[in-house]
Amino acid sequence: MAEKPILALKHFSKQYGSGCDHCRDNRQELTKNICPFCQTVYAVDDVSLDLYKGEILGIVGESGSGKSTVLGSLYFNVEASEGEYQLNVPQSQPLNLFEASQQKKTRIRNTMLGMVYQNPMLGLRMKYSALSNIAEKMIAANHRNVEAMVERSRQLLDVVDIATIRMKEAPVNFSGGMQQRVQIAKALSNNPPVLLLDEITTGLDLSVQADVLDLIKTIQRELSISMIVVSHDLAVIRMIADRTIVMVNGRIIESGLTDQILEDPQHPYTQKLVYSLL
Amino acid sequence: MKYQGNYGFLDELSKKEIRRSILKAVAIPGYQVPFASREMPIARGWGTGGLQLTLSLVGPQDCVKVIDQGSDESVNAVSIRQLIQDTTQVETTWHTREATLIQSRHRIPEVPLKEGQILVLQVPIPEPLRSVEPSEEETRKLHAYGEYSLAWLKIFEQIIKFDQGSLSADHPVLVNHRYLMAPSPIPRFDNPKMNYNEGLILLGAGREKKIYAVPPYTEVKSIDFDDYPFTFETFAGKACRLSGLTDVFLDEIIDPKTQTASYQTNDQSYLLEILDEREKEKHG
Amino acid sequence: MGYVAIKGGQAAIEEANRLVDYHRVKSGRYLDVETIKAGLKPLVDQVMSESSLYDEDLAALAIKQAEGSPEEAVFLLRAHRSTLPRMYYSETVDTRNMRVMRRISASFKDILGGQILGKSQDFRHRFLDFDLVNETDATVAKTIASFLDLAPEPEPLALTAIPKVIDYLAQQGLYHYPPLDDATPDDITKKSLSFPSSRSQRLQSLTRGQSGAVISLGYAELRGFGISNHPNIGELRVGMIPLEVQGLGREEPYYFGEIEVTEVECFVAKEVKDEQQQVTKTFDIGYGITFGHNETKTIAMSILDYSLEQNDKAHPTSNPEFVLLSIDSVESTGFISHLKLPHYVTFQSLLDGIRSIKEKKV
Repeated sequence: MAEKPILALKHFSKQYGSGCDHCRDNRQELTKNICPFCQTVYAVDDVSLDLYKGEILGIVGESGSGKSTVLGSLYFNVEASEGEYQLNVPQSQPLNLFEASQQKKTRIRNTMLGMVYQNPMLGLRMKYSALSNIAEKMIAANHRNVEAMVERSRQLLDVVDIATIRMKEAPVNFSGGMQQRVQIAKALSNNPPVLLLDEITTGLDLSVQADVLDLIKTIQRELSISMIVVSHDLAVIRMIADRTIVMVNGRIIESGLTDQILEDPQHPYTQKLVYSLL
Repeated sequence: MKYQGNYGFLDELSKKEIRRSILKAVAIPGYQVPFASREMPIARGWGTGGLQLTLSLVGPQDCVKVIDQGSDESVNAVSIRQLIQDTTQVETTWHTREATLIQSRHRIPEVPLKEGQILVLQVPIPEPLRSVEPSEEETRKLHAYGEYSLAWLKIFEQIIKFDQGSLSADHPVLVNHRYLMAPSPIPRFDNPKMNYNEGLILLGAGREKKIYAVPPYTEVKSIDFDDYPFTFETFAGKACRLSGLTDVFLDEIIDPKTQTASYQTNDQSYLLEILDEREKEKHG
Repeated sequence: MGYVAIKGGQAAIEEANRLVDYHRVKSGRYLDVETIKAGLKPLVDQVMSESSLYDEDLAALAIKQAEGSPEEAVFLLRAHRSTLPRMYYSETVDTRNMRVMRRISASFKDILGGQILGKSQDFRHRFLDFDLVNETDATVAKTIASFLDLAPEPEPLALTAIPKVIDYLAQQGLYHYPPLDDATPDDITKKSLSFPSSRSQRLQSLTRGQSGAVISLGYAELRGFGISNHPNIGELRVGMIPLEVQGLGREEPYYFGEIEVTEVECFVAKEVKDEQQQVTKTFDIGYGITFGHNETKTIAMSILDYSLEQNDKAHPTSNPEFVLLSIDSVESTGFISHLKLPHYVTFQSLLDGIRSIKEKKV
């Protein structure tokens, strides 16, 4: 592909703990990516990925595989131990965003990225109105016109299919599916080029899951936003991801077009995952 | 009981230390400087922050005025003034113009401050973000990054619910384009008085152990939205029943017999000055 | 006129003060400082500990002036403390050198040096002793004589250099001393408490904390709003420690005298993984120390010290801002009592806000 990726992560690693003589040079040999001597956890080890305009990239893996750590680092919730992170959008200089100032990180998070968490408590202020929740990112991006923000929030509520009559209510009164919709509306509020979704359908009823995933597909189609979707559930990935990365123990073991991975899985872990789906 | 301690109660080393914190506060307008707040002979929450500032600054050449909610004669104002006088023998006054050092709770006097005057405000909660973020560790980070959207969000939510952004006293202000600051629980009516004011305004929170300042001629802007600008309390159509003044903060007074409300100037020394002047004009 | 401006504050204050002075002595009886020191030792100790000022005479005076109210007495002493320049810090005291009066371990029955029950109310049945109503010089003399008959030495044995239980635990490989941190401790009375807090800031806040508040939060921690580990008292000791100050124009440290302290180390079992990734248990400690003889507070302090070390955001008793900013006597009583001050202007401002909402809705 000649096109430049909109988002590029290179050689990203995240460890918790300082490491010791035993583990520093032998990460590959550790079982379960924890050092038995110093208890250092190598949550993610040398992960690189590219995201292209308009595509949905899936990351699948079991819990503890490091997939949410990767996503967290892209939203600056997790500080990288090593690696480079670039966003190729017009306003952005080609610099390693992991090394940017906190102010710059905050600005990028507010204007170029949207995040939807599995746990709506992380993404929403449960006691503020849905409207304020959606406006929060706009306010953070220095919008200071109330009417304009209310109007934009109405449009977004329409997109995520929440009746405007409920917009002054607090998400604490909403169902799980509705809370995810508010989170999605909030993530979209500043029209970011990249959306990050972390296990957003986990814990929801199957029919609600399908609705939320439909919504994601619609958003991708109509707004042509690029997305990274993290899930432990291959069924979710199969429904929406164009390309897929498979992670085990903090490392990428397989990647490719989603259809290709589903039809011809190479790694034993992926094979197990695919066969269990059938 | 006769006072038996040091000039200005605190020992000289403590006063010096507090003055150094004041200098830092003046150098960084609106920034909350932590200081080792001392226990005072009056209770925490009753003006110990303001009192430590006043006692660290006061000298024999000063003239001190103390007000509480606009009144020089309110019990707490009396109590604090007495303490200052007992421990320093300094001259005191009711007249804003005469004072070099004014300690106040919840009001800025109606008479504008002049160069050389210091206004010390007592502060119960110095952190403007505290109502939206309970953790000090977090709010310190938010100040460091200049990340204040939470304060605007709180106002946004009020507008959504009540169609009005400013609802009560202690409305946050942005000082010198940088630090978000709690102006102390002064009415919103007093917020504009801070902007490019000629005197030095010092704010002291004893219990929370913070000192901050608005130096003379500093921009102080009450936060708001473009289409919902900051507003202060209105007394439209009302006037002080004694002076007829309309451009001052008014107390609402209920007649116990008729249950009707009338209004009176809250800044009592200013009211008395106006009334005295008129009396003189009449007789002079 | 329906309203009188708040005037005459001066006269009202003077009258209120006169009433206080009168009521303290209106019966014609009064307590003298020596009586308070002799008969109200636990109160004197509590006040010294919460004031962080070790002076029995001043504490007794404060209690007298405060008519026995601990919060008021602590307030007086703390304010007095503000007038005293801080000249020196003492040398580090090793409590291994404590002259022990009482010392128990709830973890080991047989400890090196033995359990020393000392003075304790723990096993006394709490019946009201009506004989005390008619206590006289004669009955007091009799109590003293009968005690001395049985115990030829009036004071408990002065025991120094009693080994500490924690050293035993360490010898057994059940506790690992943390690396020695010889940094100068932070002093929250010279530089205000900051967050994230240091261990020395936490310990200083806790030892100055209001006894009731420290005990209540320590209790809440045990009862289920904390990390809910049942701690064991490894060792509780009460005794005298010597204080020395360096640098008074002499080479040798200058000996100032000794103070009474209560010290507690509580042991808490915690899970760790060994080299083979097997879950095993070892011990952590929580530490408490207070001026004077304050056992419950010191135990509670050790529990809170432990829970604050765990940095577990889910539990209020492991949240340093919640615990440390709530327990100070002068701060909590002051801010609660400030609600009695007039809030006319702020209330007027609020009133204005609410009225204009209503007008808009009409």
